[in-house]
Amino acid sequence: MKPKFIAQLLLGTALLVGAAAGARADDKTIKIGVLTDNSGLYADLGGPGSTLAAQMAIEDSGMAAKGWKIDLISADHQNKPDVATNIARQWVDVEKVDIFMDVLNSGVALAVNNLVREKNSILIDTGAATSDLTNAQCSPNTIHWVYDTYMLAHSTGQALVKAGGDTWFFLTADYAFGAALERDTTAVVIKSGGKVLGSVKHPLNSSDFSSFLLQAQASKAKIIGMANAGGDTTNTIKQAAEFGIVSGGQKLAGLLLFITDVHALGLKVAQGLNFTETFYWDMNDGTRAFAKRFSERSKNKAMPSMVQAGVYSGLIHYFKALDALGGNPHDGAKVVAKMKEMPTDDALFGQGSIRADGRKIHPAYLFEVKKPEESKGPWDYYKLVGTTPADQAFRPLAESACPLVKK
Amino acid sequence: MQALYAQLLVGLINGSFYALLSLGLAVIFGMLNIINFAHGALYMMGAFCAYFLLNLAGIGYWWALLIAPIVVGIFGMILERTMLKWLTGLDHLYGLLLTFGIALIVQGVFQNYFGSSGLPYAIPDELKGGMNLGFMFLPVYRGWVVVFSLVVCLATWYLIERTQLGAYLRAATENPTLVRAFGINVPRMITLTYGLGVGLAALAGVLSAPINQVRPLMGADLIIVVFAVVVIGGMGSIMGSIITGFALGVIEGLTKYFYPEASNTVVFVLMVLVLLVKPTGLTGRAA
Repeated sequence: MKPKFIAQLLLGTALLVGAAAGARADDKTIKIGVLTDNSGLYADLGGPGSTLAAQMAIEDSGMAAKGWKIDLISADHQNKPDVATNIARQWVDVEKVDIFMDVLNSGVALAVNNLVREKNSILIDTGAATSDLTNAQCSPNTIHWVYDTYMLAHSTGQALVKAGGDTWFFLTADYAFGAALERDTTAVVIKSGGKVLGSVKHPLNSSDFSSFLLQAQASKAKIIGMANAGGDTTNTIKQAAEFGIVSGGQKLAGLLLFITDVHALGLKVAQGLNFTETFYWDMNDGTRAFAKRFSERSKNKAMPSMVQAGVYSGLIHYFKALDALGGNPHDGAKVVAKMKEMPTDDALFGQGSIRADGRKIHPAYLFEVKKPEESKGPWDYYKLVGTTPADQAFRPLAESACPLVKK
Repeated sequence: MQALYAQLLVGLINGSFYALLSLGLAVIFGMLNIINFAHGALYMMGAFCAYFLLNLAGIGYWWALLIAPIVVGIFGMILERTMLKWLTGLDHLYGLLLTFGIALIVQGVFQNYFGSSGLPYAIPDELKGGMNLGFMFLPVYRGWVVVFSLVVCLATWYLIERTQLGAYLRAATENPTLVRAFGINVPRMITLTYGLGVGLAALAGVLSAPINQVRPLMGADLIIVVFAVVVIGGMGSIMGSIITGFALGVIEGLTKYFYPEASNTVVFVLMVLVLLVKPTGLTGRAA
């Protein structure tokens, strides 16, 4: 009996020592939380696909072989900032989550951004659009990874005004994102010599857009700018076709469209639309290889959206930074500072960097949706029509209102 | 002024969906005393049924208008026979909870298999294009929706309020034992009535498929408004729900013009006002 008791005691002591070591700087545990819309109108462009992308990043990073232990959890924020904040608070306080990924929906993102800063956690936002995340609301704990309203407005807005679309009318989703996108696009249109004739705000997640489209039609504006996203955009486009808006000579501008939206609309309805993304699965061998693996594991064999690709790319960089630090300090600001120091490089977004204001920069691509006869197969949807280089695609630091930027 | 006419007409189009859906709810509530929260999910199933008919069997829109309500109606009757039947005589709350649960399950299953962005369904060739009415461009399909749903609504009203069959139905709600004594199979009649209400929801689903994306959550987004319509019109009143359906569509359309931010809430504001002034609804009788 006695030797066994001693053995147990020794084992217990060893475990305790191990646990105590775990709390030190060479702690190699990570907990990732994917906070997204798992069931609503944005679920296809983020949602379960974002969790899959995170899972793939963990597998591809080779961190497990280096002795890291990585946990992944996910939750549905239902596009409600209050629900999101409650989950986020619980994740930080109880679940000890180190990093928040995806966090689409600008209203939700701004709320989580504040909480993450207060708790010294990390937010890599790949889904929300508002450029405020790296401007007035910038934080030493947040990186805005994929795109933002400033970039969308400049790339798509400028191209359309240059092509002769100098009068605009906005259909705007009535929350933080729509307002930011309309504001940033209006600035570009006016700066490029165009005019904004009016706008109408519609509630988030509307099913009928006919009233709003009639107002846009009556404005006689050459361009109808859709400052909305997901299901709202697809319904607007579909119903605009019905009301003869495009055949009447007005042009629809999708300020924020995702490949999942184009897939839902079908090429017959979506053909000819111009919009901007920073990732498309069919860009090069690296993106194609990732997309193929992603699609095989995703529901409905869907290709990754830029939001989902961003989750993968952001986590790969996060892992590199932790590896360079030699352990997880569980100190958000410190890890983010390290991430900003290191140049980014991955198969999906290529080479880039993270600026002082938390903006990840990479090129922006202006795409046009192919005609049905040009498409060679499922998910072959885009033609590249223009590229804005990384250093010009986002808001110049000189114009930034972010206090982290030293001028 | 022109814009106003246009908004009135657009309001009527939305009103058609409200009317068709609230009519089905009113029929089910009036005859079965069940608050059918699964109505939105059944509406969605109607749209999906049309999509499957077209893409799996090559059966087009016109046949879908007939087949989808029958298929979904049969699904509804199975629900009634296997589950709802056991709730007869119990408090309304039980039926509400059961149908709400069914709605969540059906929506969850569809969302799991088809995602949330939805599937495309084209307008049938015969109804493509539009007419210029001077004050607006009216898509032919939208005009068709208004006319067709008006006809269906009036036919349903006639069936229940003016025919022998309707008289049996109404009698069976009042006093099922007595009606059974006349040799009428009351349980079967109730099942068929539920099937009829569900069929109306599926029909609305087929009508809306070419306008909206065919999405798993299309019904969930709509059903709350439709319940407000039913409450305003008076629970169980057939004509009341038809008229309120169209009227609220128009009021909502006008709100979208004058103050678009409130267009999602105006129906509920009206509901509160009506309940304060006349708790039984505009045309409802006291229970």
